[in-house]
Amino acid sequence: MNNKKKKLTPYRVVSLIVLIVIAFTFVFPFYWIVTGAFKSQSVAIALPPQWFPTEPTMANFEKLFKNPAWQWMLNTVLMALGSMLLVCGTASLCGYALAKKRFYGQTIVFSLIICAMALPKQVVLVPLVRIMANLRLRWLLIALGAIAAVIIVMIVWNVVKNFNELTDKSSRTPKNLLLALLVVAVAAAMVVYLAKLPGANGLIASTPEKQPLTDTLWAVILPTVGWPFGVFLMKQFSETIPNEILEAARIDGAGELRTFLTVVCPIIKPGFGALAIFTFINTWNDYFLQLIMLQSRANLTISLGIATLQAEFATNYGLMMAGAALGAVPIVAIFLVFQKFFTQGITMGAVKG
Amino acid sequence: MAKTPARLNGHALKRHETVVAYLFMLPALFFFVAFVILPMGIGIVTSLFNYTMKNSVSAETFIGLKNYIELFQDEKFIRAMWNTVILVVVTVPSVTLFSLWVSSAIYQMNEGLRSFFRCVFYLPVVTGTVAVVVVWKWMFDGYSGILNYVLSALGLIDKNIMWLGDTRFAIWCIILIMFTTYVGQPIVLYVAALGNVDQSLVEAAQVDGATDLQVFWRIKWPQVMPTTLYIVVITTINTFQCFSLIQLLTSGGPEGTTNTVMYYLYQNAFSLYRYGYANAMGVILAVIIAILSAIQFKVMSKDVSY
Repeated sequence: MNNKKKKLTPYRVVSLIVLIVIAFTFVFPFYWIVTGAFKSQSVAIALPPQWFPTEPTMANFEKLFKNPAWQWMLNTVLMALGSMLLVCGTASLCGYALAKKRFYGQTIVFSLIICAMALPKQVVLVPLVRIMANLRLRWLLIALGAIAAVIIVMIVWNVVKNFNELTDKSSRTPKNLLLALLVVAVAAAMVVYLAKLPGANGLIASTPEKQPLTDTLWAVILPTVGWPFGVFLMKQFSETIPNEILEAARIDGAGELRTFLTVVCPIIKPGFGALAIFTFINTWNDYFLQLIMLQSRANLTISLGIATLQAEFATNYGLMMAGAALGAVPIVAIFLVFQKFFTQGITMGAVKG
Repeated sequence: MAKTPARLNGHALKRHETVVAYLFMLPALFFFVAFVILPMGIGIVTSLFNYTMKNSVSAETFIGLKNYIELFQDEKFIRAMWNTVILVVVTVPSVTLFSLWVSSAIYQMNEGLRSFFRCVFYLPVVTGTVAVVVVWKWMFDGYSGILNYVLSALGLIDKNIMWLGDTRFAIWCIILIMFTTYVGQPIVLYVAALGNVDQSLVEAAQVDGATDLQVFWRIKWPQVMPTTLYIVVITTINTFQCFSLIQLLTSGGPEGTTNTVMYYLYQNAFSLYRYGYANAMGVILAVIIAILSAIQFKVMSKDVSY
């Protein structure tokens, strides 16, 4: 900030040194996981510890991939991506309506959301398992298919209706519509892909109509989407939209959905960034939810996989570290790349007062 | 919004907006009701039933408040509650004060250093509990762990300590790990809040000859009070939910000294299949947290000035 603040008092020097020492202990676990992944079992537990592997080995990873570690990674990525897309879509619509519309029941809806956020998420997990066990995968896929169909019809209708306008106006609008189409296409492709995964994950399971949602990735994705934090965050971002712009859009004759897609979405882009990265990382690391929902070995996530291996090979620290590295390195890399969005998400998501 | 020509017809406009707003909120509210509100309701209702899954035949009998009465006579539950309270009492103040200290040390640094430190303290959160636990388990290991090695090299202990298997130390090990995974978010929040402190007030005080400490307590502290309040509330909630560390490291042992309410709930629901009993625990936990949040808001918002 200002330079006169930077004078070095003894207190400042001492606190900086302490800070650096503590910072090391915070970085240490991650460092140890990454280096430990390349140590053999005897080296990993050697005392005094080997701070850097002198004879790096790939044996841990070879052993890891004899277990379905790739499948676990794939499951984790799909789960995190699925939650991310669904949360962004539903929360942005809802947050915008809460922030910018005046409607009956507004206070009730909003206070329900705030109350739910203050309650511990894990308290509802036990009944959630029961709900998931009673839902059938087929119903869900039919419902999702219907929703996707409605969205596609709406977009197509919009394109047809505004065809003349779209072709001679600026290229902005079609680009946004294309983007929306792309998102829907990706989501649809994911649904199809999830459905085709081997094992109990998919529709292809021997009795698809009886496959309950438990032990499928949906059982983790759906509760994450229900959690109202995203709605609150997007409401905070939507508050920043100037009313004049919305009014101008209306006077220009834009419909509600069109206003949302072409006016609101570009303004709350930072909100999408924050929410997307926040959801992705939190879903990736939500161990408890994954633990109670997923059982078969092929359907585990990477966190669960490591925990399972930990139970099986309790003292093979090298193997543990390799598993931990596989789960932690991608997510840490994503965090470091997008940390600006992430920080913004945490700050904007804080309920004040 | 309602300043357009339609102002004359306010009610009709609001009715129109109501329809639109609910259409916009429909997807989110659907998931919210189906996967948050509904399970909450089911939780409360089933806590009144003797709902078990023994012998794969679920027996559901209405037993009123018996689950709750049993809970308050269940020594294991009381022990778990007591442990959870210890966790909260130790963790919440230490996390809050530590993150305030770190943030006030780093918030005036240049952008690069600031985000470097923010990332460093957030790293254990992003790494994920399961991965972090692998390292801590090794550190606390009784035979090949680094902690015993360092301590005996320094001559502080003469025989190895089983840190996680010792009734005296296990809970403190948990608290230490919890601490490192909880401070990330408060630091981010405090750095943002301290950055928003009205700089003109700080300068005015400095001109008047206030010391750094005075500036901090008289000017900055009251202004970051809403953030402190939020941090205290979320840390309390998170600590009450402490589960994965226990499940991965100690399974509630030794002798129940690290059993928490959340872990006991999990055991009852998924090992003993006593769903009704577990849900009664969940309801009690939710009530306690709601009361605590309300008290914290009441007490602390007296000092909040916006």
